Parts: sequence; C-alpha cells; structure tokens
Amino acid sequence: MMKLEAIIQPSRFESVKDALREIGIEGMTVTEVRGHGRQKGHTEVYRGREYTVDLLPKIKLEMVLPDTLVNRAVETILKTAKTGKIGDGKIFLSRVEEAIRIRNEERGENAL
Amino acid sequence: MKCAGRKCSFSLVLVLLSLALAAVPLSAQQTPVPAATPASASSTLSTSPESSKAVEEKLAQLDKDVKAAQSAGDNAWMLVSAALVLMMTGPGLALFYGGLVRRKNTLAIMMQSFALMALITVMWALVGYSLCFGGNGPVIGGFEHAFLRGVGAEPNPDYAGTIPQMTFMVYQLMFAVITPALITGATAERMKFSGTVLFMTLWFLVVYAPLAHMVWGKGGLLNASLGGKFPCLDFAGGTVVHISSGVSALVCALYLGKRTGFPKQPMPPHSLVLSFIGACLLWVGWFGFNAGSALAASSLASSAFVATHFGAAAAAFGWSAAEWLKNGRASALGAISGAVAGLVAITPAAGFVAPIPALAIGLIAGVVCYWMVTKVKSLFGYDDALDAFGVHGAGGTIGALLTGVFAQQVINPIFGAGKAVGGLDGHWGQVGNQLVGVLIAWGFALVGTIILLKIVDLLTGVRVPEEHEVEGLDVTQHGEEAYNLET
Repeated sequence: MMKLEAIIQPSRFESVKDALREIGIEGMTVTEVRGHGRQKGHTEVYRGREYTVDLLPKIKLEMVLPDTLVNRAVETILKTAKTGKIGDGKIFLSRVEEAIRIRNEERGENAL
Repeated sequence: MKCAGRKCSFSLVLVLLSLALAAVPLSAQQTPVPAATPASASSTLSTSPESSKAVEEKLAQLDKDVKAAQSAGDNAWMLVSAALVLMMTGPGLALFYGGLVRRKNTLAIMMQSFALMALITVMWALVGYSLCFGGNGPVIGGFEHAFLRGVGAEPNPDYAGTIPQMTFMVYQLMFAVITPALITGATAERMKFSGTVLFMTLWFLVVYAPLAHMVWGKGGLLNASLGGKFPCLDFAGGTVVHISSGVSALVCALYLGKRTGFPKQPMPPHSLVLSFIGACLLWVGWFGFNAGSALAASSLASSAFVATHFGAAAAAFGWSAAEWLKNGRASALGAISGAVAGLVAITPAAGFVAPIPALAIGLIAGVVCYWMVTKVKSLFGYDDALDAFGVHGAGGTIGALLTGVFAQQVINPIFGAGKAVGGLDGHWGQVGNQLVGVLIAWGFALVGTIILLKIVDLLTGVRVPEEHEVEGLDVTQHGEEAYNLET
C-alpha cells in the first residue's frame, strides 16, 4: 500500500478528479491549502501600499492505494494536472504500514 | 368639493374677479392702458364694500394655500434628504470603513459610527442644535433652543422659511452625526471605545458646534448670506464637515501613533465587497447631503444634485486614471475612493457651480487625493489608517478653494441679484474669503483636537494596550466577533 499526496493547481482539480475516477480510484481526501514552492507570489496594491502575497491557494489530494494502482494514478495526475508553468505542484509517495476500516475492522488492502 | 352648488358658483365668481383685479396693476406696468379703465374698476369696488372684503379674504386664503402647497413639497424633499444623510453614516460609512479594516476590528469600527448616531442625536436635542443655530453671535450660537425649546411646526425664516423648523433641525442633526464618524477612519484599529465616546462628545461641542455656527449660523463670522464678516461659500459642509473632520483626523493619527506593526506588517482591507457597498450608499446618500442643502425642492436643489453626481463621477475617473498610469491597473478600491474624494470636494461647491466646473472640481480632487494617500502619507509616515485626512481633509480643502473659483451668480446669486460670486464671475476676492474660511477651520480643528485628546488621555486613555490591539478591538472592546463562521 502506498499513500499518494498531490498538491496541484486549483484550476486543474476537477479534471484530475474525473481522470482518477476513470481509472477506478473512488476514495480521496481533498483539502484547500496555501503554500508555495519555487513559484513566487504576486503583489497586491491597496491605496498605494504594496503587499506581496507569497502563499498561494492550492489543492491537496490524499489517497492510499494498492500497489497495483500507484503507477497509473501517478501517470494520470501528471497528465491532467500539468499546465507546464511554474507552480503546477508536486506528488509525494510514501509506504503505508496498515489500513483499518473503522466500520467493520477490515485490515490491509481490503480496507481501502 | 363639499360645498353646495350656489355657494360654489359664488366663490368661483369671486376667484375670477380677484384674478382680474390682480391682473390690472400688472398689465398696467407693461402696457399703456386707457386712464378710464382703472378708475372705473375702483369705482366698482367702492360701490360694494362687502364684496371687496370677501375678495380680500379669498386672496388671503389663496395665499395661505399656495404657501401650504410649497411647504408640502419642500418638506417632503427635506425629510427624505434627512433620511438619506443618516443612511450615509449607517450603513454607508460603517460599511465603507468596516471593509477597510482587518477582520478582527470590523464590529468595533462599525460600532463607532453607530454609537455616534445615538450619542450625537441626544447631544443635539439637549444643546447641540441651539449652539449651532440659536442666537446670532460671531463664533457660537446660544441656548435659546436648548432642549429644542421653540422648535416646532413653524418655519425658522432665517434658515428655511418654507419647512417646519422641526425638519430643518433634524436635517442638520444628520450632518452633526456623520462628521465625527468620519474621524474614526484615522483612529481605526487602536483607539479605545471609552476614549472614542468621550472624545467625540467633547469634539462635537468644542469644534463642530462653533464651526457650524460660524459658517451657517446667523451672524456667524464666515456666513455668506446672514451677515458674516468673511462671507465664505460652503453650500453643504466642505469646511464644517470635511475640513474639520479631516484635519482632526490627522491630529488624532499623529497623537495616537502608528498601529502596532505599521508599516512593516501587511494590513490589507478584509472585505472590499463591504467597502464597495458602503461607497455606493455614500454616493446615493450624498444627494440628500448636497441637494438637500438647498433646503427646498427647488431648481437650486436640482443644480446641486447634478453637480454632486458629476463631481463624484469625474473624481472616480481621475483617481482610476492616475492609478492606471502608475500601477498599470485600475483597482475597485481606487475607483470608490476617488468617488468619495469627489463627493467631498464638490460638497462646498454643489449649490454654486455649473455642471462642467463640477467635472473639473471632481477630476482635480480625484488626482490630488490619490497623490495624498499614496505619496504624501508615506512621505511623512503618519498612520491615517483609512485615509480620513487624505480624502476628507485634502478633498475638503481643495473643494473649498475651488468653490471660490467656480461659483457663479447664474447658479446661485447669494450676494444679491446680478452681483458677482466667484472667480468665474470676475470676483477673485472670493478665493481669499474661501482661504480665510479654510484657515479658520484648520486652526479650530487642529487646536481643539489637540487639547481634547490631552484631556481624554488623562480621563479615560485614548489607545488600547498592545495586546488588545493584537487580539483585535471586536473581542477586547465589545466582547464579540464580526464573523463566527464555524458556529
């Protein structure tokens, strides 16, 4: 089992979600976040005072996947989330030791 | 008509007769009439003394009816105007300022405007109206109308001869409410509520009341039509409302000091949507403020209405254009700030200038106020949080001076029929009178505000402790929050 975290542009979120559903990924957790990597922020001007806004809105997707699905999920996200511009985000993969479904205490990949 | 047929036709004959009688002397002045005609008319009159008495009574009745009709029209407009001016403070100014502060201070700034609606109203009833419009001293009124004594259905012919004095009184009250509320833009996000209440009460008595009397009151030093020594043109409050509040705002900003973290920490407006709605309400309310200052539903009110609208539009255009050239973008905040600056500048001029000069006044005010809040403020480093001085102090001063340039007797022959009013009429001395008004208003506001701040500082304190400022005035001053979105 792998945990996949992807931070993407808010504008790409709907396409990414639909594409993941097409390859059979049903469950995910989505959070609206703010942050930045190499992308610099923008400036806003209020009555002549400039403010640099360097934390930009992003969408964070989290899902835990059976090993067989991980590569396809990564490819799908790369394909649909890419705009080619700086600020497109990142994907992080990490191994997950255990998963437990709270309702019936199933364990492992069955719980996903 | 309730009267019986015979009586009715009788009175119709009387009316016709009276009209014919009234027409005779008028036409006599214009066209030569055979000498026999008036003589024969008077002989008819003298033969029937009873009918002549009835004619006189009827004429008196007609005169009364005409006056009542005019009063009804004027009174309707003035009551609406009074309500419009109240709307400028709440919700207009409260929303405009409320959106410009940070989220944690939203209720506090709105509450200051609202508190003044209550506080100044009470003060006005007790002594305020009398100090502004009672008596005929050069600097301040008297106590003849204290507790609104003698203020009722009868008009006060010195000020507004066609509306009940009650209407005039409540209309002027709304000006007294918004003026101190404007100052809260400079003290925003750091002044104590207790200090604000005390300061504003004293400021109303010591700065507003004398200035209002000097400019608008009978016998006031700066009054243009009721015997002032320096006839200063101020149609709707450029000196009384905007210079007084704007200059006092600057003093307050300097006395209180900068907000904690200013200018390093970002303090962007928390909701320009609120400010936008507030500014649009101010624009609409300003028709009551300026066109209402004609004190009648007259052609002068129409003229002031048009000048007000044109001034606001030109200033929104001017500020936006300056910003566009400077930053490459025209912002919503810039456009609404420009409109308010234009409304401020056109206030003293509204009832004296033609539409095209109103455009010029607005355009100049928009550009100058933009320069004041973006350049001058950072040059001197004072923290006029919401630009009460940059917009009202600067805009009011520009407007007062330009009124002397653009005022025309064809719009408002305030100095008598045919007499030159402003520079466009060739009376450039009026700019000097305007300057005297400006200087007196500046001086009064500066000195009065410094003294009052010192007194209030000793009694209640003026500034909240730093930890309260960081936590926000909503919670620390009022025990509540503007947005409880998660409940």
